Amino acid sequence: MERTTLDLWVGAFVVAGLGALVVLALKVGNLSTYNVSESYVLQAHFTNVGGLKPTASVRSSGVLVGRVTSIVLDTERYEARVTMSIDKRYQFPKDTFANILTSGLLGEQYIGLLPGGDDVMLASGDEFKKTQSAVVLEDLIGKFFTSTADAK
Amino acid sequence: MPIVKSLRVIGNRTVNAVWRTGYATRFFVMTLFYSGPSFKRFRLIVKEMFSSGVMSLIIILVAGMFVGMVLGLQGYETLKRYGSESALGSLVALSLVRELGPVLAALLFASRAGSAMTAEIGLMKATEQIAAMEMMAVNPIARVVAPRFWAGVISMPLLAAMFSAMGVFGGYVVGVVIIGVDEGSFWSQMQASVDFQHDVLNGVIKSFVFGLAVTAIALFEGYDAPPTAEGVSGATTRTVVQSSLAILMLDFILTAFMFQGA
Amino acid sequence: MAKIAVRHLTKSYNSGKVIALEDVSFEVQPYESFCILGPSGCGKTTLLRHIGGALKPTSGHIKVDGQILHELDQEGLYEMRRKMGMLFQFGALFTDMSVYDNVAFQMREHTDLPEELIHDLVMMKLHAVGLRGTHDLMPSELSGGMARRVALARTVALDPMLIMYDEPFAGLDPISLTVVGDLIRRLNDALGATSVIVTHDVQESLKIVDYIYFVADGVIVAEGTPDEIQASDKSFVRQFVHGEMDGPVPFHYPGGDYRTDLGVTA
Repeated sequence: MERTTLDLWVGAFVVAGLGALVVLALKVGNLSTYNVSESYVLQAHFTNVGGLKPTASVRSSGVLVGRVTSIVLDTERYEARVTMSIDKRYQFPKDTFANILTSGLLGEQYIGLLPGGDDVMLASGDEFKKTQSAVVLEDLIGKFFTSTADAK
Repeated sequence: MPIVKSLRVIGNRTVNAVWRTGYATRFFVMTLFYSGPSFKRFRLIVKEMFSSGVMSLIIILVAGMFVGMVLGLQGYETLKRYGSESALGSLVALSLVRELGPVLAALLFASRAGSAMTAEIGLMKATEQIAAMEMMAVNPIARVVAPRFWAGVISMPLLAAMFSAMGVFGGYVVGVVIIGVDEGSFWSQMQASVDFQHDVLNGVIKSFVFGLAVTAIALFEGYDAPPTAEGVSGATTRTVVQSSLAILMLDFILTAFMFQGA
Repeated sequence: MAKIAVRHLTKSYNSGKVIALEDVSFEVQPYESFCILGPSGCGKTTLLRHIGGALKPTSGHIKVDGQILHELDQEGLYEMRRKMGMLFQFGALFTDMSVYDNVAFQMREHTDLPEELIHDLVMMKLHAVGLRGTHDLMPSELSGGMARRVALARTVALDPMLIMYDEPFAGLDPISLTVVGDLIRRLNDALGATSVIVTHDVQESLKIVDYIYFVADGVIVAEGTPDEIQASDKSFVRQFVHGEMDGPVPFHYPGGDYRTDLGVTA
């Protein structure tokens, strides 16, 4: 069996195709910032998660530190329990504040972490004690109208 | 009795359609069953990948480039109204990776490679090459159909990935180079919104399924074509029509499964 | 060696509405070359396809080498076909392969011969049909007569015991026709194969076969050696051998009354 020009073409075709996949994964997608390093799991309860979705980002000071892995309703407390996987490189104090924030006015929702001053760090499986739920636009507008009505 | 006559015609058509569906299913199963030899002699698949994959490269790359450029232009015009031009990258990339890449690449593949496959096999049948192979104790499904099938199934995801990558590049050229959207936010917004597993891998799965459907339809139509000139040209047309419909229907079903509630 | 026995072979389509062959029986001894003659559409090719095992009889059977063809499973049939060769009407060369690869096809598919040996065998086969120089051409670059000769080389590539020729002379010019006819005769003698030729070319086939069966409308109407056929006084055979316009095979397709069709009432 000898090599032919045909093999060269098909080989180039396969390489280009796989190359395109790699570009999609690294340059276009977020594989370079996700799944690469080891991670640990943290949890948080929110009274309302708003539009938060699994795979939403977890950020601290705007830096991507992890992703939301699941959102379920905890029927003991009737609150949403959000599980997230956090990059092992980043450790957070026990009194870190977890907020659901929105990027821009109508953008995607993500979890923002505001580190506290505690010396003890959160370990895998721990929970954020201090959380703030998503801002629901309807509530905000409602509040605005009641406050203007009160002022009159 | 015109009513009885038309009822009979409708009945015959229905029976024929069911018959053909069964025959097509059996053909598909046979193709899978006799796929062993083509993997043992992978050269057969490589040869067919040249005629289906490599020969479709140019049209895929050019089309991908232009689709990306159009997306960049249209997306910019729309996003500008909401003052979120920086989201152009994620708009271009998401629409390409999730939908346009797999679907358009598959549609182009159906009309470029699928129709060629049908015509080739139909002509082989019309000129008794298939019968000759059978008389030489060589199973034409194993020797002719299976290598083409796998070549198509392997080529399709690669072509779709190239289409998407080329489209992103086209969007970049229009958005960043020509219009002047900030390059940093173009890429970072894109990376923040495109998820590897959720978007890129699902796109690959889609194009794999489309490749399966297109080649299966093309090969069956060719193999089932009446061995005449009209028969082959009719089969070629049916390949393009049926595979285009199949792609769009499958796309709806797959999208419903993949992106539900997420 | 390949002995063919056809017994009460009947083939009908559309559940008995169209009868292609009806109660055909004959027997062929090994090494014999015989010919099935008849007008177009009389069931000759159908008969040949039955002998090749490509069609299943409606009733009756065909025995090749003592085995009933339609009772073999696919593997058995393929095993049987390795001993057969068939030359198709227009050659049926694989259009996506070169002449060389066409002739080498069966050797590569069915044997583990090293490529050097295949090369020599292919060259010998091509030399036998006088076309060694065409080995790197594609089938589309060959003339009709040359394509038929390459197909002949491919047919005998694995030295079959039974060779079937489906209209080997169709569409050939007089020179190619003589060349192909002569090649068939010589290859048969050289290989010692049994051969079946289906044709409507009377003069050429009379020169090269041992025995002739005449088929018309799905039944055997006459048989005999070439000399007997030449001398036959059966009206059908006479019409066919001498190419007469009217006779048992009518010039007019059956139709209604001519005068009624023209609207002339008597």
